[in-house]
Amino acid sequence: MNINPSDISPAMRTGIGDKASLADTATKIQVENLNFYYGDNHALHDINMAVPAQRVTAMIGPSGCGKSTLLRVINRMYDLYPGQRAVGRVLLDNEDLLGKGVRATTVRSRIGMVFQKPTPFPMSIWDNIAYGIKLHESLSKADLEARIEWCLTKSAIWGEVKDRLHKSALGLSGGQQQRLCIARTIAVKPEVILLDEPTSALDPISTARIEELIDELKSEFTIVIVTHNMQQAARCSDVTGFFLLGKLIEFEPTNEIFLSPKHQKTQDYITGRFG
Amino acid sequence: MSRYKRRLFTDNLMQVVATGLAVIALALLAWILVTLFAKGFHSLSVNTFTQPMDAPAGSSGLANAIVGSLIMVALATVVAAPIGVMAGTYLSEIGGNTKLANSIRFINDVLLSAPSILIGLFVYNIAVKPFHGFSGIAGVMALGIVILPVVVRATEDMLRLVPGSLREAAFALGAPQWKVITDVMWRAARAGIVTGMLLALARAAGETAPLIFSSSGAQAWTFNLTKQMSNLPVTIYQYAQEPAQDKVDLAWAGALIITLGVLLLNISSRAVLAGTGRK
Repeated sequence: MNINPSDISPAMRTGIGDKASLADTATKIQVENLNFYYGDNHALHDINMAVPAQRVTAMIGPSGCGKSTLLRVINRMYDLYPGQRAVGRVLLDNEDLLGKGVRATTVRSRIGMVFQKPTPFPMSIWDNIAYGIKLHESLSKADLEARIEWCLTKSAIWGEVKDRLHKSALGLSGGQQQRLCIARTIAVKPEVILLDEPTSALDPISTARIEELIDELKSEFTIVIVTHNMQQAARCSDVTGFFLLGKLIEFEPTNEIFLSPKHQKTQDYITGRFG
Repeated sequence: MSRYKRRLFTDNLMQVVATGLAVIALALLAWILVTLFAKGFHSLSVNTFTQPMDAPAGSSGLANAIVGSLIMVALATVVAAPIGVMAGTYLSEIGGNTKLANSIRFINDVLLSAPSILIGLFVYNIAVKPFHGFSGIAGVMALGIVILPVVVRATEDMLRLVPGSLREAAFALGAPQWKVITDVMWRAARAGIVTGMLLALARAAGETAPLIFSSSGAQAWTFNLTKQMSNLPVTIYQYAQEPAQDKVDLAWAGALIITLGVLLLNISSRAVLAGTGRK
């Protein structure tokens, strides 16, 4: 299903999506009975949730509640660390990502991730983007150029870097680096983009630009964002999940979570009574 | 005395003690350097760099020893550095805390602090005795064993300093592990690894004990690695004990040359590090 930007009501743009428009949205990622363990530490308890396609799903909750852990399960990042274990199913278009024969590299090429701190590679801006593309495709020079311009434009940073593509990416500002990382992620054309507190290290102006960008990108990608910033969840997302102590307490359209939360704990958290 | 005053007094006392000890350490170093320059500098001449040790008395130099040292140190680095980088990469990126990795790490640390004369004796037993003669190849082996643990340790430490988020970011693009290591991790740690190699090289250049039992020394030019090969440290060791003053002078000149060479390596390794710090 494709959503035209003009189809999105102003209410949805501000994050107050209406439930009717979510009901007919296809599910991109289905998490079923997911439990996660760091060694003996049981970090996620029986998580069940359906991430809608081409929408922004926000995950909120106090530190250590398991939101980032869930992201790291969805793109199999936990695989890198011995002793971390996931039990249950994570279905991407009905295919279990945690299944035996599924390669983590394939999963990660379909589900990209942007981290809390900008992580530019110590190479030129051009190479930062080309690196991911070359892993999965062999494009002609012209196609590669076009792809790089496309993803930098999509990430709202083309104008700032087009004259310095072959300079080191480490010379960019923090906000620019983060947008470069988003460009690098969408360059490999993933289906889902996971954002792990993408603006917590950035100033308010860079934050606003990234939020605009998220709004742009959801017409093409399914987005899951972990955030500590309640306003950000309310502004950017269509659906919100509230996590507490490794459990998914509430998972509802964003306007319902913020305007009429069903659980007392959700209400307490979003009104700032704890967390 | 109030507690605050007592603390101020302790603070001042410790500053004086620390500064004093630093001055003593530096003074000793300066003493060595000044002696080296005073005695070595006037012995340096064009002949030192152009004539072999067996040239007629009065015009003999250290050219064959310098070249022998360069050949052996260069070959040892070429052989040992790639093995060391690979092993260090294994320890940091692949082995982690497995039993095998921990054993390798322990053995490497032992090798790192092993007296270099033991390395010499080891090579003597496996590469000199069986072939009935000292050789340049044995010297290369001995220096390689000196270089190896330093490079392993430097590579592992430098890779561990790379932020985990950078590693994860590369994996997050769907890169297989070998691409993550070769394209991102090595690149991020490059300056540190190169510095480690240069320091290992500097250490090998000054080692005497491993060479006495492996390549030994020679008076004449030789580029044959299966024969005894002359080198600076062993030449200094031998000439410093000679009664003839011109030989003692050459020993001082050789010591100065090694010191300047090592100094140059250290400075260039710092330049490498500083160069990558710039944006």
